[in-house]
Amino acid sequence: MQALSFDEIAGLISAKYAPEMVAPSQGSLVVGGEHLLEVASYLRGTPELDFDYLISVTAVDYRGHFEIVYHLTSLQHSHSLVLKVRCPQDKPVMPSVVSLWRGADLQEREVFDLMGVSFAGHPNLKRLFLWDGFKGYPLRKDYSSGT
Amino acid sequence: MALKTEPFVLNIGPLHPSTHGVFRLLATLDGEVVIDIEPIIGYLHRGIEKLAEEREYQKDIPLCDRLDYVAAMSHSMAYVMAVEKLLGISVPERAEYIRVIMVELQRIASHLLAVGSIANEIGTFFTPFMYMFRERERILDLFDMVCGQRLLYNYMRFGGVSHDLPEEFIPALAKFINQMPGYIDEYDQLLAENEILLVRTKGIGVLPPELAINCSVSGPTLRASGVARDIRRCDPYSIYDRFEFDIPTRTAGDCYDRYRQRIEEMRQSLRIIRQAVEQLPQGKVNSQVPIRVRPPQGDVFVHVEAPRGELGFYLVSDGSEKPYRFHIRAPSLINLTPLREMIIGWKLADAIVIFGSIDIIMGEIDR
Amino acid sequence: MTAAGTISQASALASDWPGNFWLHLLVFALIILAFVILTVIILIWLERRLLGRIQVRPGPNRAGPFGLLQPIADVVKILTKEDTVPGWGDRLVFWLAPLVAFVPVLLVFAVVPFWNGALLADLNIGILYVLAVSSVASVGIFMTGWASGNKYSLIGAMRDIAQLISYEIPMMLSLAAVVLVAGSLSLNEIVAAQDVPYILLQPMGFTIFFIAALAEANRTPFDLVEADSEIVAGFNIEYSGMKFAILYLMEYSEVVFIAAIATSLFLGGWRGPFLPPFLWFVIKMFAVFFVLIWIRGTLPRLRIDQVMAFAWKFLLPLALINLVVTGAQVVFWPQAPYWSLVPINVTLLAALLLLWARFFRLGGSRVGI
Repeated sequence: MQALSFDEIAGLISAKYAPEMVAPSQGSLVVGGEHLLEVASYLRGTPELDFDYLISVTAVDYRGHFEIVYHLTSLQHSHSLVLKVRCPQDKPVMPSVVSLWRGADLQEREVFDLMGVSFAGHPNLKRLFLWDGFKGYPLRKDYSSGT
Repeated sequence: MALKTEPFVLNIGPLHPSTHGVFRLLATLDGEVVIDIEPIIGYLHRGIEKLAEEREYQKDIPLCDRLDYVAAMSHSMAYVMAVEKLLGISVPERAEYIRVIMVELQRIASHLLAVGSIANEIGTFFTPFMYMFRERERILDLFDMVCGQRLLYNYMRFGGVSHDLPEEFIPALAKFINQMPGYIDEYDQLLAENEILLVRTKGIGVLPPELAINCSVSGPTLRASGVARDIRRCDPYSIYDRFEFDIPTRTAGDCYDRYRQRIEEMRQSLRIIRQAVEQLPQGKVNSQVPIRVRPPQGDVFVHVEAPRGELGFYLVSDGSEKPYRFHIRAPSLINLTPLREMIIGWKLADAIVIFGSIDIIMGEIDR
Repeated sequence: MTAAGTISQASALASDWPGNFWLHLLVFALIILAFVILTVIILIWLERRLLGRIQVRPGPNRAGPFGLLQPIADVVKILTKEDTVPGWGDRLVFWLAPLVAFVPVLLVFAVVPFWNGALLADLNIGILYVLAVSSVASVGIFMTGWASGNKYSLIGAMRDIAQLISYEIPMMLSLAAVVLVAGSLSLNEIVAAQDVPYILLQPMGFTIFFIAALAEANRTPFDLVEADSEIVAGFNIEYSGMKFAILYLMEYSEVVFIAAIATSLFLGGWRGPFLPPFLWFVIKMFAVFFVLIWIRGTLPRLRIDQVMAFAWKFLLPLALINLVVTGAQVVFWPQAPYWSLVPINVTLLAALLLLWARFFRLGGSRVGI
């Protein structure tokens, strides 16, 4: 029942995982893509962390790599955490966290639709807003809306 | 001898009286029973995130109004708060109070529309709807007074609001907040105990709290399931820590509770507005922020309690005058996640009521 | 209790007024047509104005004084619309359906007495005829649903048939009790027998009849056939132009028909002091309209399984009890004075309604998938 500060959470994580798997950086945890599910289930399942509520999933195109941003919070302890996962532009595949938080379902579909990052293990990975034949991914920086 | 039957697919929407815009629900029906649904969205997709990334920060405020056009104040407030956080500027006291008054008025207006539409979907021929619009009109008139607009206000600015309140606003607002509790009681008299409304909503479309949390449901829909998560309380923003108000919750998480939840929240909003009007200080309503802002590099996530739930803005700045990434965490979209579990097994008529009780706005879902 | 004929037969209109069988038929056919259409027009105006009042808005007030010409404007608008037939529908049935739906409703008025003896045909099986003919309208509605080739229409049409079959039974039983009391099936004689309106003598019969009639005419809270929030407009979704106008006319004629039957059987029909009989008939009909519009303006809609459960579990047992009680009263206490029967029956109604309301629950049941 105690809110942990970011440093305490980062400390807990650093104690458990090697720095190349998870590294704290500017108020967020940067996780390696292949370790995401492991770290996420640790965050979700550990009682003193208990991140049971996934606020938001989104992706940013940093020209060269994508960064998937997860905002987590714990209803019990009311502390929150930002997870950032990088994935290379030429192989935009990420593990899906839908098995942990179903709230990611539509948001991962949205990222898939607009940013072109696919999520392995997502139960229903289809385009969300755009139609099936749509070419390109509008939120990528190399896509111009023509305005 | 059993009759040979087979399920059939009914395409509800995108143009349908109860889809709150252009939402399409592909329902598989076995007689009247919904055995499967597939929500299909995107008919109102305008690419607002992309548009916003191609415009200067200041020009994105009107775009934010157009997300949830029933709660435009809340959306533009969340956006300007995010940019203020990026810029690291503070807002004058008076402007904070004005913002809270506007946003809470907006919450009442939005909940009035929500409750009215739920009643409409249960089949009352527009009567509760018109009653609620009577009061909603008064709120829109108040908005009209401060910013000359009734739907898309464009009132929030970085570092404050665009205009100070006109002289006639506070008396009109005081009159409204004195009358509104009586109106809410009137709705309760007319609706809360109505036998048919009870049998149509009680126990229908139950959303268990565990599922609601797992699906990241937020707002009145989450609180009706018994989870007291309200950003105004658990992560106070603006000046909400100065006001006394309760976070009402319900226990059953059915359609009836989602309707009652909104009624209770209107009462709490009135409490906040009353306190804000009493404490309203004099002073500037806008700190001088240049028209073209260039926030330093970095990212920021700001979330507020919008009428439909947790509204978040995730902004990434690369130091230029346009946002590098502009993401909206839209409550309406994410509240749709458990829709299938809530609807299947119920009758077609229930499906419409359950869908309506989540209260979505397509402008925010499709963006 | 009472026998038909307390009203002197001399005051009745001759059965071949104005003088000849064929002339009588022609005159009354025209009267009925004019009466129904005129009443429907007034009813539409009244409904929109009253709904406006109930919904804290003015209602139509632009066309003519008090918006009185609004129905005319509506008719002109509807008739100038393009008359479309869905390509995937059943063309012939689609054309036929509005007529099949409308004509039976009109036919019912043949046995409705506007005043003493003023009716097209004083059939001695009047009530039976009413029940039989009015049910045919549902065939028309089902035809619209089928021929439109639209799933919403089909759902609406199926609901109508289910609703009709269920509510026909309590309605019939409640009318049977009236027949027992009046001792006749002819509507004119039943009116003549009502020294006290049967709503007082048969309060339960009236309640059951009224609810069942709401369901038969697809009025709120049983308007599932055209439930706008679920199935958009139900059976008439594909109709436009003249055919839609006829369906619209049919719906409102059904309302007029309910009001006419309720007036004749329970409210004393054309009987009443001072005013001319026809005026009494119309006044009572409009009183029924008012209640119908009031219900429409205030009640939500039931769900289909609740509608069914309400007919079979709530109305049917009550109708049976009412029939038995009425039968017993007629057989064992035929000379009972009104002042003793009225309070007894009203108390019985209140007691039974309370009892049933206590034990009867409309549940929401989820089907396991």
